[in-house]
Amino acid sequence: MNQTKIKDNLFRFLLLIIASLSIVAVLLICFFLFYNGLPAIFKIGPANFLFGMQWNPEKDVYGIFPMIVASLYVTAGSLLFGVPIGLFTAVFLSKYCGKRLHAFIKPVVDLLAGIPSIIFGFFGLSVIVPMVQSFFHTNGKGILTASLLLGIMILPTIISISENALNALPESYYEGALGLGATKEQAVFKTMIPAASSGIFTAIVLALGRSIGETMAVVMVAGNAAVMPKSVLSMVRTLTSNIILEMGYASGLHREALIGTGVVLFVFILIINFVLLLFKKSYE
Amino acid sequence: MNEPINQISFKKEFTSQLNHPGSLLLYLLIILSAVFTISILFLIIGYILYKGIPNINLKMFEWNYNKENLSMLPTIINTLILTFLSLLFSVPVGVGSALYLVEYQKRSNKFVRLIQLTTQTLAGIPSIIYGLFGFLLFVVGLSWGYSLLGGALTLSIMVLPVIMNTTEESLKSVPDLYREGSYGLGVGKIRTIFHVVLPAALPGIVNGIILATGRVVGETAALIYTSGTVARVPSSIMGSGRSLAVQMYTLLSEGLYMDQAYACGVVLIVMVVLLNFTSSLLTKNESRN
Repeated sequence: MNQTKIKDNLFRFLLLIIASLSIVAVLLICFFLFYNGLPAIFKIGPANFLFGMQWNPEKDVYGIFPMIVASLYVTAGSLLFGVPIGLFTAVFLSKYCGKRLHAFIKPVVDLLAGIPSIIFGFFGLSVIVPMVQSFFHTNGKGILTASLLLGIMILPTIISISENALNALPESYYEGALGLGATKEQAVFKTMIPAASSGIFTAIVLALGRSIGETMAVVMVAGNAAVMPKSVLSMVRTLTSNIILEMGYASGLHREALIGTGVVLFVFILIINFVLLLFKKSYE
Repeated sequence: MNEPINQISFKKEFTSQLNHPGSLLLYLLIILSAVFTISILFLIIGYILYKGIPNINLKMFEWNYNKENLSMLPTIINTLILTFLSLLFSVPVGVGSALYLVEYQKRSNKFVRLIQLTTQTLAGIPSIIYGLFGFLLFVVGLSWGYSLLGGALTLSIMVLPVIMNTTEESLKSVPDLYREGSYGLGVGKIRTIFHVVLPAALPGIVNGIILATGRVVGETAALIYTSGTVARVPSSIMGSGRSLAVQMYTLLSEGLYMDQAYACGVVLIVMVVLLNFTSSLLTKNESRN
């Protein structure tokens, strides 16, 4: 009897250690990024680094402001495309399609979520870039192209979370609206979507995180010029692209500046996570 | 006459929409968006297959990679090794953590909240940040250089939330009756977990493993600077070797080998589709039971 109790406690302790590993992982990631990235930021000068207009490793000039702006533009653009289409598709899945059609479309959305970003990048490079090219007579790469591609990539996130939020509502909201003489669309858009707004907000914030952190797809279609964008067709380099493009051959302060770029991106992600946390708390 | 009153015929719905042009417009947008979402997936898959299949030949599955023959086989083997190694770390940790959270802790416990917060954070970190972290810890910090092991460890942290969340959900869906029945028969907690709870939760756990495999197979950004870009199967897991997805990226960025990149894309897509297909079969079976 006593022996099983000892075994039980040992097992419990083992699981506790295992469960704590994810905390250790987060702390390690924070430590390694900040420890390696912050010194460079201070060496360059936080203002020069964050708001510098020039990125020129050969002259040891490291300003990432154009990339911060590019990341924000591309992310905003992707939400502009992805959120309406995703939300409408979620409404379709929740209210407009029969069981059979649902059983077909749901796996399609899941599969879209599973397609590797390198495949998306490849698709963007060989389909969307030529499309933009022939339409606007530019070289095809730039903010618009990256936004379109990312807009497609965030669809599954928006669709599945919004659909869950819509399905979690009491059926009486919908039926009540119909009973009062609303059309199906009025019932959905004037009662259900406002009622599900917290879930939809979560979907949008998660999609934002995915968009700002996406690397492989963006690097292939954004053009990668580290200058301030002049229009939606300008070629830009995002924070993520900057890391993946130059890490291979960088050394010294250059490498540290790239890690610093990662730190800035990481801080953006932490802020997004924090917003989500606050938001969930305020709803509870 | 016999029309059920809780259903609207298509004709009726359409005439009511003609009276509300705003609703009609929304209706059209909804349909168009759904059609767009579905067709874009088939367009992507169809396009890669259409461009890639003519470029696949048996030579691409030869053992050696060289300038004349950009063989995929070494990178496919590397992908399998990476998948196996990363699961080797992430599955025990993910399943163990989920067990602790569900079987040993109360829901609203502070520790549980903290773990949930950290998994959420891990799930939100982009793969390029994992890549940087892996580079700083394994390649530079421990001075392993580029290695399959370093890449696999990086990926195992990345897929940890996937495995933890799916396992947690499926553990929660095991009815308490099972546990109580087992305790009632005088079986201890550990045996109950291994002989009753885990087997009942197995389909969900397997589903998590499949989803994690899908992410490992398609991952690029986290691997380029951790397991490196050598196109050979290394002699040990401490050597550098590139996965299929990384191969696709390097071929593309060199710009000379579009055809071969398409071929890689085909193999990658087939792997991902198969994995997703198995996963949706599993979840379907589960919901039927």
